[in-house]
This record gives sequence, C-alpha cells and structure tokens, in this order.
Amino acid sequence: MAKKITAPLTPETVKDLRAGDSVLISGTIYTGRDLAHKRLTDSLKAGEKLPFDLAGAVIYYVGPSPAKPGQVIGSAGPTTSYRMDAYSPLLMEKGLRGMIGKGNRTPVVLDAMKKYGAVYFAAVGGAAALIAKTIKKAKVIAYDDLGPEAVRELEVEDFPAIVINDMYGGDLYEQGVAQYKKD
Amino acid sequence: MKEIQFDAIRDAVAKLCIDANCLLGDDVVQAFEDGLKIEESPAGKDILNQLLENEQIARKEMMPICQDTGWAVVWVKLGSGVRVQGGELYDAIQQGVARGYTDGYLRKSIVKDPLRRVNTKDNTPAIIYTDIGPGDGLEIIVQPKGGGSENMSEVKMLSAADGAEGIKRFVVDRVARSKANPCPPVIVGVGIGGTFEKCAMLAKHSLLREIGSVHPDPFYADMEKELLERVNKLGIGPQGLGGRVTALAVFVEAFPCHIATMPCAVNINCHAARHKSVTL
Ligand code: SF4
Repeated sequence: MAKKITAPLTPETVKDLRAGDSVLISGTIYTGRDLAHKRLTDSLKAGEKLPFDLAGAVIYYVGPSPAKPGQVIGSAGPTTSYRMDAYSPLLMEKGLRGMIGKGNRTPVVLDAMKKYGAVYFAAVGGAAALIAKTIKKAKVIAYDDLGPEAVRELEVEDFPAIVINDMYGGDLYEQGVAQYKKD
Repeated sequence: MKEIQFDAIRDAVAKLCIDANCLLGDDVVQAFEDGLKIEESPAGKDILNQLLENEQIARKEMMPICQDTGWAVVWVKLGSGVRVQGGELYDAIQQGVARGYTDGYLRKSIVKDPLRRVNTKDNTPAIIYTDIGPGDGLEIIVQPKGGGSENMSEVKMLSAADGAEGIKRFVVDRVARSKANPCPPVIVGVGIGGTFEKCAMLAKHSLLREIGSVHPDPFYADMEKELLERVNKLGIGPQGLGGRVTALAVFVEAFPCHIATMPCAVNINCHAARHKSVTL
C-alpha cells in the first residue's frame, strides 16, 4: 500500500519514510533541472532571495513538454538526477527536504541527506503522460527564459513515486539489484 | 527522374516527428507484455504495467510518451533517380523538424552551443545521415533520441586480441554501470568495426531494428542472445529497482574492420524506443 504524504514535507514525514516505500504525493512541489539549479545556487551564494521557500520543499527534476491548449502541463516524467548532485547538498543545507528524479545519486548527496534529514524519490522515467495526469496546476514562477528548464510551481494530487534513499542510509537501488542479481 | 516536392518532404517529416513521439511501436508494446510474463519483481511488474498505461494515454491524447522528445535523428535513403522540386532536401527536413516539434507541442531540447547553452527553440538542427543508392524512392526515418540514455553510451577502441569475449564484457559492463539512469528496461545497440565514428553510427542504426527480429548472421544472432541473457542477469530490472527485465533487446551491427583495430560502440536506448518511417 502506498503511503499518502503531503508536500512541503515535515520532519516527521521524512523520518517516517524508508527506502522501498511507495508514496503518493499531494501538495505543492517545484520543478528544477540543470540550469535552474545553477541559478538557485548562484542566488544563494550571492545572498539573494529564492523564487520559492526552501523550508521542507520538494524539487522535481523535470523539463516538461509544452502544454497543448486545454492541458495543465505536457508530458512530465523525471530527468536523470546525478546532474543535480553538485548543487543538492547546499540546497539541503538551506531547507530542501525532498528530491524527485530518476537514477543513482553520488555519495556526497547521500551523506547530505543523512545530515539534514532529506529523502530522494524516483518517479517512473518515461511514464511522462501518466505522471502528467497527477499534476493539477502548473505555473512558471522563475527563469521563464529557460523554456523547459524554468522553475514551475506544481499542485500535485497522488503523484506516484518510490523512496530510493531515506535519511537513514537505506538505498533501494542497491537492495533491489542485489536481490535479483545472478552470477 | 522522379520529382518530389519540397513541401511534401517537409510535411512528412513534421508528421513523423509527432507520430514517433506519441505512438510507441507495436514491437515495444509487445516487449512490455512479454516482459510482464518473466519479471519476478513486484515493483518491476508494476512499472511495466505503468509503461503500458502510459503508452495508452499518449496514444489517445497524442501527447509525448516521454517529455524528453529527444534529438531528431533522421536517416535518409535517397534514390539517385529522385529530384527534389522547390528547394533543398536538407532544408525540407530541417523545416519539417521545426514544424513537427512546434505544432506537435514536443519539447525543444537542443541548445545552439555545447558550452554557451542557448536553446534554438525549435529543436533544430536535426542530425541527418544520408545514404544514396539506385532507384527513385526517398525513404525517411525519424528516430527521436533521448538524452538520459544517450549519456550512458560509450565507444571503446578494443584490439583484435580481445576477441568476442572482450566485446561482450564491454557491452555487459556498460549496461551494469548505467544502472537506473537510462530508464530501464533498455534496448542495447552495439556497433562493432569500422572507424571510431562509424561504429557509433552502427550502434545508433541498430536501434531501428524491430524487437523480436533475429540477426541474419547466425554468429551475431547467437551473440545477441547471449548478451541479452547476460544483461538480464545483472538484476537491474525495470527502472533499476531490481528485477529480471533490464533489457528488452540487444542489437548488433558489424562492419569491415582495419587490421589494427576493433572499435566497439554501445548506444543505449530507453524503453521509449521511438522511430517512424515513410517512403515518398
Ligand atoms: S532516457 Fe528515455 S524514457 Fe528516460 S527520460 Fe530520457 S527519453 Fe525519456
């Protein structure tokens, strides 16, 4: 059974999640990928205000396809997360508590997750039309010039994801592959 | 001489871009269904079911299967008896890609320069490979290629002494190191022989094959079978969560080779294995 959780995340929610848990996320999340991460980090370093509040925030690594007339958003599956690894620890230090993407993270990110109490979820890469159905509202709130890479505020309802890395060092990718590997 | 109109080529390419991105091939859908029969992991099964559902939504609503609608890689087979009327062939293709990605609400993922990274806003330029031969036909294949799986690809210059086992080890290892990143289940394209760049093109071209098709050369048919078995023993599974179905197929394309070399390229394709063709 999937756990229903609400974003932004409270410390209690993060503590309750374990690698392997299926979740349905409702609430407000933000999109951001390569260039947006660079700009957010540059702003933090320059002491500027960010376009959204990082406290408990969840960032979804996605660059959606354009919405057709009548659609809230186009197809919106996750992009590969490791490209954000250089930026994630600083964002966690400043309050980020959830990341949604696909693929493996590097040890610096995993360490920061333990240190600050954050969680990494995977959404199904390539299930982009299906995922789009759980996004009820979408609004560009920063970096409009970046097109698909702009930061959007999303209202989601039962957005399906799975916990890959929890704040205790659990790693579903490691555990899952070890279980099915054959020599 | 057969005359083909510029506009007809442009419009055909635009339609191919949209259809390729929204309508997954029957062979891929079949491969998901076959995968469901052998997948042991509950999470893996769940994902294959979601991919089937995703394909249905995309088809019904004509929206992209994946938000990364890729580089437009275009393969052209041009008969020497064809003359394009009203403009240049390459212009027609580029304009067709721009139109397809714009009118089809496909994502524009191409930046003008690799370091200065400003979006071209219409997904051009397309990457065009042309083969000129006899006849008066014009065949065009559009193969949108996503970035996540492209990033897990590699060329290696092996030597003849490494033999078939050296090639196999490189291929299996490349998939193992890719883990969850290229959205498994994947399709593994392998190019062997030719020059450094030729083998990469062979690998990309092999991804156009239908899943379930058998290599015409029994030697490579056996190699593909063995590689698929070895890859599927890695345990990566759908989306890397652990499972049996890491790859849906392995395709090998070989080419004559220099006596001093044995290049091998692995081009990984995700389950969003998209390509559509037309003959004008
Ligand atoms: S690797 Fe393929 S399925 Fe995954 S996000 Fe990229 S294009 Fe989509």
